[in-house]
Parts: sequence; structure tokens; C-alpha cells
Amino acid sequence: MDGTDILVSAALTIITAATPLAFAALGELVVEKSGVLNLGVEGMMVVGAVMAFATGVTTESAVLAIIVGALSGAAVGGLFGFLVLVLLSNQVATGLALTIFGLGLSALVGHGFVGITFAGVPSLYIPYLSDIPIIGEILFGQDVMVYMSVAAAIGISWFLKKTRAGLILRAVGENHDAAHAIGYPVIRVRFLAVLFGGAMAGLGGAYLSLVYTPLWVENMTAGRGWIALALVVFAAWRPGRAFFGAYLFGGITIIQLHVQGVGWAVPSQLLSMLPYLVTIIVLVVISRDSGRQRLSAPASLGKIFYAAS
Amino acid sequence: MIRLEPRETAPVWLSLSAPLTAVLAALLLCALLIMWTGASALEAYGLLFKGALGSRFAITETLTRATPMILTGLAAAIAFRAKLWNIGGEGQFYAGALAATWLGAGAITLPPYLMVPFLIGAGALAGGLLLLIPAILKNRLKVDEVVTTLLLNFIVLLFVNYLLEGPLKDPMSMGWPQAAPIIDEGVLPAILSKSRVHLGLVIAVVAAVLVWALMRFTVWGYEIRAVGYNAAAAGFAGIGVNKTIILTALLSGGLAGIAGVSEVAGTKGYLTLDLSPGFGYAGIAVAMLAALHPLAVVASAVFLSAIFVGADSMSRALNVPTYISDVIVATSVLAVLVSGMFTRFRLRFR
Repeated sequence: MDGTDILVSAALTIITAATPLAFAALGELVVEKSGVLNLGVEGMMVVGAVMAFATGVTTESAVLAIIVGALSGAAVGGLFGFLVLVLLSNQVATGLALTIFGLGLSALVGHGFVGITFAGVPSLYIPYLSDIPIIGEILFGQDVMVYMSVAAAIGISWFLKKTRAGLILRAVGENHDAAHAIGYPVIRVRFLAVLFGGAMAGLGGAYLSLVYTPLWVENMTAGRGWIALALVVFAAWRPGRAFFGAYLFGGITIIQLHVQGVGWAVPSQLLSMLPYLVTIIVLVVISRDSGRQRLSAPASLGKIFYAAS
Repeated sequence: MIRLEPRETAPVWLSLSAPLTAVLAALLLCALLIMWTGASALEAYGLLFKGALGSRFAITETLTRATPMILTGLAAAIAFRAKLWNIGGEGQFYAGALAATWLGAGAITLPPYLMVPFLIGAGALAGGLLLLIPAILKNRLKVDEVVTTLLLNFIVLLFVNYLLEGPLKDPMSMGWPQAAPIIDEGVLPAILSKSRVHLGLVIAVVAAVLVWALMRFTVWGYEIRAVGYNAAAAGFAGIGVNKTIILTALLSGGLAGIAGVSEVAGTKGYLTLDLSPGFGYAGIAVAMLAALHPLAVVASAVFLSAIFVGADSMSRALNVPTYISDVIVATSVLAVLVSGMFTRFRLRFR
């Protein structure tokens, strides 16, 4: 393999490592923009992963597997929305409980699927364009989910900035009392956002079990849901930056693996810490500018909305 | 149309019966799941009960397993009271176990009556210092402690993994990644004959009473509760909010660290990577199930431990995966969270 081949294969693996993070982070971003703090991302991801994998293995249909992954993530999201928005339970506590729930449920469901591999999601080679040397395969030879994640980043950016519905969602997230007073349906907007976030987390999980590994292992999300949460803060609640952040962290994961492969005298466990350490360091660095941080966070984030009248 | 109306106070019967009803409802829901796996729910719960509490051996196993969960449960409860969302109990647990291994596997020898308290103190310090990092970051830079504490779990676990494969690996372990055993002077003695129940249980229960007394009767406890209830108002009232967060972090991390010492020096004897089957995370569930009340944490830990131990033996008998215990626990926690609504709000039908 010559130099360019190595670069191309590294770029391809970075994309596969970044895509699950991109899905989960973009979904959580929309949820937080509506003013809800969903700490159940990890649980939704892992449920999406197991359901997609189980569907893929039993039906041998990648499309169906992806759809089921999204739907099951949305189902857990719906449960979260019901508990938090209708029954007004504490968002942090409920999110944590749902993560525990998701990890347990997925292990239970996935029990019979350990050790099986999935054929994978076929790559779409866009005719002619994918034949371009070097960048052709990277840009135009990916599987359908990678394109979906790119479309999601662009679509969410457009939705939040340019559409009326996006404006309402942001208004609900900034000041739910004011939004309620002018007659916007706060609960409904938030519920839809939570469903969307759950579906995106489910897609992220589905990518892990269908493409990234592609097999089912218990707890296979390994903290990616939490990294996605950190990415939203890192991105200052901007979709483009969240997408970029996912690639940054995908890159760190892959570089770390490559360094292990080269055989440097650094113990592999210490290198595996890198993505987690970098997440913390990045959070610290961006928080030094805490004034701006507070301005970019949705003002009603995590607050319970209770319509007094 | 149903409307929710906030309550000022909840009657005692309601705040006691709501969580119990919730747990019953959770068990019923999980019965459906057990039937889905193809087993009889009644038989499964019967075996679960027998496996957890049906014999002297079962009861002592349940108590052994509950010991670290009481401590990690207290760790979560005290932190959550201050709205310091410490979900790094797992990492703090291993920090404590690591400190106990480092000092207790031959590095220092003291008579038992000094060695045991020394190891516990060292473990508490290690756990507390680990949580100090996220607490300082929260105070100084407003870095969200949920993410930092959780990510530190992975970092600590990888670090322990590295140490067990390298510097701390016991040469006598025949290649297994485990550390040298804690010396006899540092081992927590058994307190019941022919069982694994050890001094850690007494320490855990005493800790629960102490935490309860601290929260209920002391200024520190008052300040912790005030900061959790409304940090801004507490600050205006002259409470040092940052100082309180630091204190809470040291206590919470320390308790989780003691759990690690108790497991390594009491139950297992030496450090391995599977010393904890998620005791740190289970502590969060324990605390939530107990509605963050320190004394209720003891009951809640024993209950969750019974489910884990019982599910182990039930799944051996029936073909239900042990993971059902995680689902039962999580469903119970969710149900208790929901039941909290009935104590905070009144339902009005119109």
C-alpha cells in the first residue's frame, strides 16, 4: 500500500467512526434547542443498535434494519418525552434511568444475537463520480447512512435557521413561558423534538451495529452517547459545528487505533483513553469563554415547563 | 380533562405507598417481558425470590452484594441532593480499590486495627479526589459534571486495565490480569460464619446513618440541601455554594471509594478488572429508588441486590437471560420517578 492508499483508507475509517456520533449529536442538538436535556442518548443509541441488528439479521434487509433502528430509538425517546413532559419528572434523573433501562433491555434482547455478524449495509457507488481518483471513493462511495447524516446536518441547519417551525422550536427552547403565552404548543413541540432526537440516536446506534463493527456486543455504544452530548456543548448548539465535531472525534478514535497498529511503545489502554480525555479537555477549553457559552445555550434548557393556566 | 395541581406537602401514607406501588407495577410490567422470553412469570419470580432470600446462603449472598451498593447508593444520593450529578461512581469505586491495592498489597504493614481504617481512609481519599476534578471544573468553568464524571469512568477503567496488565500485575497470578492480594492485616473480617458477609456491611450501614444524621442535623447537611434546592438563593443567603459543592464531591466520591475498598479487601481479596459488575451505576439506581433518602438507600440497595442475586439463580434454572435483572431495576427506577409525580402533584379531574 502506498501513501495515498493509506490516507484514503484512514479517511474511510474516520467516516465510519464519525457517522454514529454525528447522528446522535445532531439529534440531541435539536432536542436541546427545544429546551429539553436528554441524558438518555446512550440508552436510545444502544436500543437502536440492538433492534437494527436483530432486524437486519432476521430479515436480511438493511433498509428495514435502518428503519427499525430509528423507530426503536424514537420509541425510547417517546417514553422519555412522556415521563419528562407529561408527568414532569426530573430530566436529568429520567435520562439517567433511561440509559440504564436501554442498556439492560438491549442486553436482554441482544442475548441471542451475540457472535453473529451482519452482511453490512451496501455502499452506494455513484456512477462516474466514485471513479475519480482518491476523493472519488471517499465522497461518492459511501453507504446510504453516511449520506443521510450529511443530509441531516444540512437539513437541521436549514430547518432551525430558515423555517417558521424551526423558529418556533427555538422560541420554545429559549423561553417556554413566553412561547406558551403567545400560543405555541410547548409540550407538543418538545415531544416532537424528543421523538426526532430518539430516532437520530437510534440511527447512530444502528450504524454501529450494522456498519461499524458489524455485530452485536453488549454495551457496544461504549460511551458514544455521552460523547455526543459533549459534542453539542462543543458545537455551541450549531449543527454544522456538531457535524464537524463528530468528524474530529472520529478522527481521534481512528488515529489512536492506527498508532496502536504502528506499534509505538505506548500501552494500548492509555491510547484508548484518548477520545474520552480529549472530550473532557475540549469541554474545559471551550468553557473558559463561559460568558459566550451561556449565551449560546438555550435559555430554558432542562427547566420543567408547567402551564399554570 | 385531567389537570396537575402542585402540592405543598404530601401526606406520609402517600410518600410511602407511592414508591412501593411503583415497584409492584414495575414487577408486573417485567412479568410481561419474562413471558415474552418464553418462561412462566410466576415461576420466574418464585425462583428469583428463592434465589435471593430463600435460604441462609441466599440471604448472605444478597447482603454481600448489597454492601458496595449501599455505599455507591449513598454516594449518588448525597451528590444528587446538592444537584451535583455525579455519575462517576464506577470510576471512584475503582479509584478506591486501586488505592487499597497500592497500599494494602504489601507496601505498608500495620496491625489490623490500624490497617483496615488506613485502607478505608486511603480509598475514600482516592475516590473523593477523583470527583474533585469535575467539581472544580463545574465551579470554576461551569463544565457540565454529568459528562465529565461519566467519561472519567472509562478513563479510570482503562487505567486500571493498563496497571493490571503491567505494573500492578501479580507475578503469582499465572498470567491472569489481577493484582497481588491484600495482606491479611488489611482484609475486612467476615462477620457471619460460613458466609461472605464481611465488616464492609457494618461500615456501609453506619455510613448510611452518619450521612442521614449529617443531612438532617448539621449545618453542612443543611447547606448541601439548600444548594441543591436553589443554588442562587443559597448563595444570596450567604452559603458558600462552591465550597459546598467541593465538600459534597469529597463526601460522595469518598463513599464510592470506600465501596471499592470494601469489595477488594472484603469480598474478593485482590483487584481485577471485573471487581465491579457496575456497582457505581447501580448506585444511581439505588439512590433514585430511595428518593435520595440515606436510610432508604439501605433498603433500596438490599432490594436491588436481591433482584440481581435472585435473577442470577433464576436464569440458571429457566432460560431467561440474567440481563432481566437490569431491566427490572431500571423499570423500578422509572416507575418510582413517575410515582414522584403523585407526591408532588394532585390530579384534578374535570
